[in-house]
Amino acid sequence: MLRYTADHEWLKREGDVVTVGITNHAAETLGDLVFVQLPEVGARFNVGDGAAVVESVKAASDVFAPLEGEVVEVNGAIVEDPGTVNRDPQGAGWFFKLKAADPSAFDALLDEAAYRATLD
Amino acid sequence: MAEALKHTPLHSLHLALGARMGPFAGYDMPIQYPAGVLKEHLHTRASAGLFDVSHMGQLWLTAKSGGYDALARAVETLVPVDLLGLAPGRQRYGFLTCESGGLFDDLMISRYGDALLIVCNAARKAEDEALLRARLSGACEIETLDRALIALQGPRAEEALSTLAPEVRDMRFMDARQATMGGTASHVTRSGYTGEDGFEISLPVEEAEEIAMALLATDGVAAIGLGARDSLRLEAGLCLYGADLDEATTPVEADLSWAIPKVRRRGGARPGGFPGEGRILAELESGPKRLRVGVRPKGRAPVRAGAAIFAAETDAAPIGRVTSGGFSPSLDAPISIGYLPALLAKPGTCIFLELRGQKAPAEVVALPFVSHHYRRA
Repeated sequence: MLRYTADHEWLKREGDVVTVGITNHAAETLGDLVFVQLPEVGARFNVGDGAAVVESVKAASDVFAPLEGEVVEVNGAIVEDPGTVNRDPQGAGWFFKLKAADPSAFDALLDEAAYRATLD
Repeated sequence: MAEALKHTPLHSLHLALGARMGPFAGYDMPIQYPAGVLKEHLHTRASAGLFDVSHMGQLWLTAKSGGYDALARAVETLVPVDLLGLAPGRQRYGFLTCESGGLFDDLMISRYGDALLIVCNAARKAEDEALLRARLSGACEIETLDRALIALQGPRAEEALSTLAPEVRDMRFMDARQATMGGTASHVTRSGYTGEDGFEISLPVEEAEEIAMALLATDGVAAIGLGARDSLRLEAGLCLYGADLDEATTPVEADLSWAIPKVRRRGGARPGGFPGEGRILAELESGPKRLRVGVRPKGRAPVRAGAAIFAAETDAAPIGRVTSGGFSPSLDAPISIGYLPALLAKPGTCIFLELRGQKAPAEVVALPFVSHHYRRA
């Protein structure tokens, strides 16, 4: 089951590791991405810290850490080809994996219905 | 709270085309269409793009007496270009200057018979009109035209527009012509804001949608939003008023000296006689302290307006600032425009740009970033 944030990020949990990306809605709103900056593996974030940056032709946007934790893996493919995020934001376009400090915090995030409600 | 946004005559067409709208200079404008900024940009460079620029100001000036020469001499008191030497059917780039020598606005000025049509920036049109009326009403009639303005830009622009007005094929860069399109009298210039060959068409509000739809139905023409308009003009090294140009920046600093001809400089036939002449004429002779330059960041991250520029990676004090910056779809690389001390404003100079708390290496380069393709011959 995916979880979501009001900042248009999705999360997928496997044990205490959470994969983070941006939603279809976010990818569509941002438009064609031309640049992605990812965190270093080993970086530690609190909830709401800027963890990654995406840029379209027009503007730059932050991708925030949705949970407290340590980065254990990043998706270098989206740095090489930022268009991957536009083509498959909730699959091949994932951003990074966090080892969550408190995996149960995942369950407190928005479920799909609650996230969809924020889009209306 | 905020005033209601104004609509251009093409507003409902933008909505029908699925545009994502946004506020710009008090108007609800198409930022992008479903294709997106990147594709719209590349389409304009490869084929032809149609832009609604009806939010821009259009002023029609005629002399109260004395004909064109009297009009040209009056406008030259505010604009340091050669209008007396502007032939009928020709257009010139120019600007209004401030007493401080800074730029009040930049303009496109076209001569039709004994009249001038001035096109000015949307965000400055109220100020421009007030200034012209305050300073020129004794000598000139000034009419604010409530007309649409459509830009058609790109290598296939001539082919598309000539289906409606075959006579535009004879026009060359910066020609201005009255043309009839399906019974509609319009004013057409062969110019634009993309660096491509193309046209700007001033036409009656009631006819605008029909003409725009006819052009969009032509092979190779797509609607292009303000997002791509900005990335196109940036690649072409063209200035945006309010970003690269303002009242604190002189035309010489902005590298627009080419627009001030010899005849208006010291030793010319009509030297000075415009606001800020002291500083501007002095800078033309001895050079400005700072200069607008092109900048290519060495990495892939765009460096946008407001970023500080440093001479060395370890410096704390900036030497300049980025005034426009983004990503160039044509070069597949970031590009910026900024101001540097004149001594450092040489292509090849290495500089550093503030980027999210770090200093990103970059190089000063000649403008434009992407060659212009004007139809000069």
